[in-house]
Amino acid sequence: MSAARLYGTRGWNVIAAALFVICVLFPLSNLALPETSILHVSEYTVTLIGKIMCYAIVALAMDLIWGYTGILSLGHGLFFALGGYAMGMYLMRSIGHEGVYQSNLPDFMVFLDWKEYPWYWSFTDHFWYAALLVVMVPGLLAFVFGFFAFRSRIKGVYFAIITQALTYASMLLFFRNNTGFGGNNGFTDFKRILGYTITTPQTRMALFVISGITLIAMLLFARWIITSKFGRVLTAIRDAESRVMFCGYNTIHYKLFIWTVSAVMCGIAGALYVPQVGIINPSEMSPANSIETAIWVAVGGRGTLIGALAGAGIVNGAKSWFTVAFPNYWLFFLGSLFVLVTLFLPQGAVGLVRKIWGKRS
Amino acid sequence: MRLGGASERAPPFFYIIRILLMSTVKFLLAGCLGVLLAWAQVAWSLPADLVQEISTGESDDQVAAVDKLAVLDDPAVLPFLQSLLDGKVQIAGGNRVLIVKDGHAIDAITGESLSSVPEDIDEVIVNNRLRGRVETAIGALKFSSPNRAIRLAAVKTTFQSGADEKMLPLVKKALASEADPKIKKLLVLIKATIELKSPDSAVRLAAAQTLAISDSPNTKTALLDLLSKNGDEYAEPDANVRAAAQLSLNAVQTRLSIGEYIAEIFSGLSLGSILLLAALGLAITYGLMGVINMAHGELIMVGAYATYVVQNLFRVHAPDLFNWYLLAAVPVSFLTAGLVGMALERSVIRFLYGRPLETLLATWGISLILMQTVRTIFGPENVQVENPVWMSGGIELMSNLELPWNRIVIILFTATVLLVMWLLISRTRLGLYIRGVTQNRAMAGCVGVPTARVDTLAFSLGSGIAGLAGCALSQTGNVGPDLGQNYIVDSFMVVVLGGVGQIAGTVYAALGYGTVSKFIEIWYGPVLAKIAVLAFIILFIQKRPQGMFALKGRVAEN
Repeated sequence: MSAARLYGTRGWNVIAAALFVICVLFPLSNLALPETSILHVSEYTVTLIGKIMCYAIVALAMDLIWGYTGILSLGHGLFFALGGYAMGMYLMRSIGHEGVYQSNLPDFMVFLDWKEYPWYWSFTDHFWYAALLVVMVPGLLAFVFGFFAFRSRIKGVYFAIITQALTYASMLLFFRNNTGFGGNNGFTDFKRILGYTITTPQTRMALFVISGITLIAMLLFARWIITSKFGRVLTAIRDAESRVMFCGYNTIHYKLFIWTVSAVMCGIAGALYVPQVGIINPSEMSPANSIETAIWVAVGGRGTLIGALAGAGIVNGAKSWFTVAFPNYWLFFLGSLFVLVTLFLPQGAVGLVRKIWGKRS
Repeated sequence: MRLGGASERAPPFFYIIRILLMSTVKFLLAGCLGVLLAWAQVAWSLPADLVQEISTGESDDQVAAVDKLAVLDDPAVLPFLQSLLDGKVQIAGGNRVLIVKDGHAIDAITGESLSSVPEDIDEVIVNNRLRGRVETAIGALKFSSPNRAIRLAAVKTTFQSGADEKMLPLVKKALASEADPKIKKLLVLIKATIELKSPDSAVRLAAAQTLAISDSPNTKTALLDLLSKNGDEYAEPDANVRAAAQLSLNAVQTRLSIGEYIAEIFSGLSLGSILLLAALGLAITYGLMGVINMAHGELIMVGAYATYVVQNLFRVHAPDLFNWYLLAAVPVSFLTAGLVGMALERSVIRFLYGRPLETLLATWGISLILMQTVRTIFGPENVQVENPVWMSGGIELMSNLELPWNRIVIILFTATVLLVMWLLISRTRLGLYIRGVTQNRAMAGCVGVPTARVDTLAFSLGSGIAGLAGCALSQTGNVGPDLGQNYIVDSFMVVVLGGVGQIAGTVYAALGYGTVSKFIEIWYGPVLAKIAVLAFIILFIQKRPQGMFALKGRVAEN
């Protein structure tokens, strides 16, 4: 793998600049500058951008599976939430005795009158194990589900609906108190992560920087996949799956691999998201969230990685502005976005920019 | 619009049946009330000594007098005792016994009406002992009432609340003269339940055997009590009686569980029929036209809100006809949802034919807009849609099995909609066009089918049926802006399970889905039932990706 295959000099420069902004400028202006300074970045902005970077990872994952392979998944919210829950288990156990009931167990288990942790909570007090779960749970679920789905050639709309049903069923499961994940309220009130208090500006900034670096790493990884020969086959599957099969490729392997990779990326995004927002509950799994992920990619431009990033940024930026300024109009805006983008902007924002650029030159 | 007319025509049939049944019940109820209210008009003469004894005597004498009074065959006894219980029997001037009710007094002995209520009246105090005796006597008197409805109600109450051995002679007496089989059966059961406690083991044996015909949970409890063990001793010393009781218990339990199963099947059918209504529209838009309409749930919601609006209009402008608002709501919800659907098809969906994933996203956007619109107009809270009077209550089939009217009406309604839709698809020109366009759009166009118009009509037909589903749903649950979201996953599952392009498949899938999930619910609760069913469908389409009823043929993919 050579660096030149991924990006040209200009591309690498942009990435270096982004890294510089995330790792140096943001920490400096948030931590070092006084709050009165114009250049100071507020706590709110750091959390918001941190959140959006996690969403951007999901958008990348979505773009790989939908934009490049042509499989629309309505289950990415599930993988995101599973990663979040895995991290949440670790965070819950690090609360220790500081819960409301001063118990060894999380408050919701005390509430259910449970005496000990259920078996699936074992070892979650070790960070390495939680990190393993973050990768393995979404990965395994996606692998098993994908294996059966792709094997019986479920595709297109069918696949979308089935993944939606899976997400919906899981949401119902996690809403149950007896499932052992806090039911309706999920996990919250985290105190510390790896021994550091979770609410301090320094920890927040560290999580922000980690999210940023992960995002860029994921971008490079996705870029590496799609510029490889493997990536070419994926695009071919999107455009004419039957022909790819006639050429002797076993498309199931390709689809299964990219599907699992995409799910793992979502899981990691979820794990980074939870400590930053401080809560994870089953509503993250609602089918609406998964569909929204698709619109991020569609708005930015399917089949371009930069489009996925831009889309996640545009839609979520708009959301955080709208829900404060005109809370009643956000759904109108989002709904119209769905309709207008699919009708008039099949290539998304990137396509629009390219068109304008193309005309000018 | 022709489509609207078709489904408007159907409902009155079962509404009329429903009315006939209801009016019979009302007639009976009215008769029963009439007898109770007409107490003042009964030819009245009670033995003066007994009445005096009850009103002014000592406790023991009072009880004895009540017992004597109760065996008299006199229509005035029941209203007198009832008044006594209600504290309406008063003593004027220390010796004259009156019944004072609603500011009007009559003489308790002669029944003669007084022109005014005397000033110096004292209430007859009914202590607990007397009260129990009077209540028993009233119950027994009702057993011999000439009115069937009163007798039935009295017997039922006695059976459910349990009777003691003091009532045995009354029950026997009632049994001897009773001709109605239903009341007779209940009396037999009451008698047997009392006799279970008899000191004579032969009587207990006969009673235990008799109880085998019961279908009541009370009998089950009574028999279980008999069979229970207190330390090492059985509550029932005689082994023969225990054996008989065990046999009867088995029979009763079988009957009870049959009742429970029927109830589950019924609620499964009713859930299935709601799902079927929700999925039928999808079966047209998705199954026949290949359009994924994620806003389908919101069209259901639009139908439910249309029903709500019609209800309010009736309440304000025609309160007399309020009970019939549903008759108007059915076509209105069909047309409203149908028009919304038509607007959708003309403005958005027609540009996306052949691009199912894009259609999915665009219609999802539309569903968000529709939800927020409804929220803006009607507010985010649930709104109240009332059942008309004739849809409340139910038919009691067994002591533990009551079928609610609103569910029955919905099942019949679904069947009607299904029938009309089947006729429409298989017997009309529009149906022919829809089938033609489904099978081969290009060819249909070549032979002169106006494909674009057929698309619009088919889509609004599907949407209109969603509106009907909303109208039906408004009668069973909450109506709120999120209503549709709860049904969208389920109804897509039904269509997928049934097989795309197959109305018959949709029917079987919806009813099967409803019944199976109700049965799983018995053991594992509603959430796990839903998860299990979804998991089953995911596995099922592994085996048969085309659904239960796949179209046979060699259609190339895509």
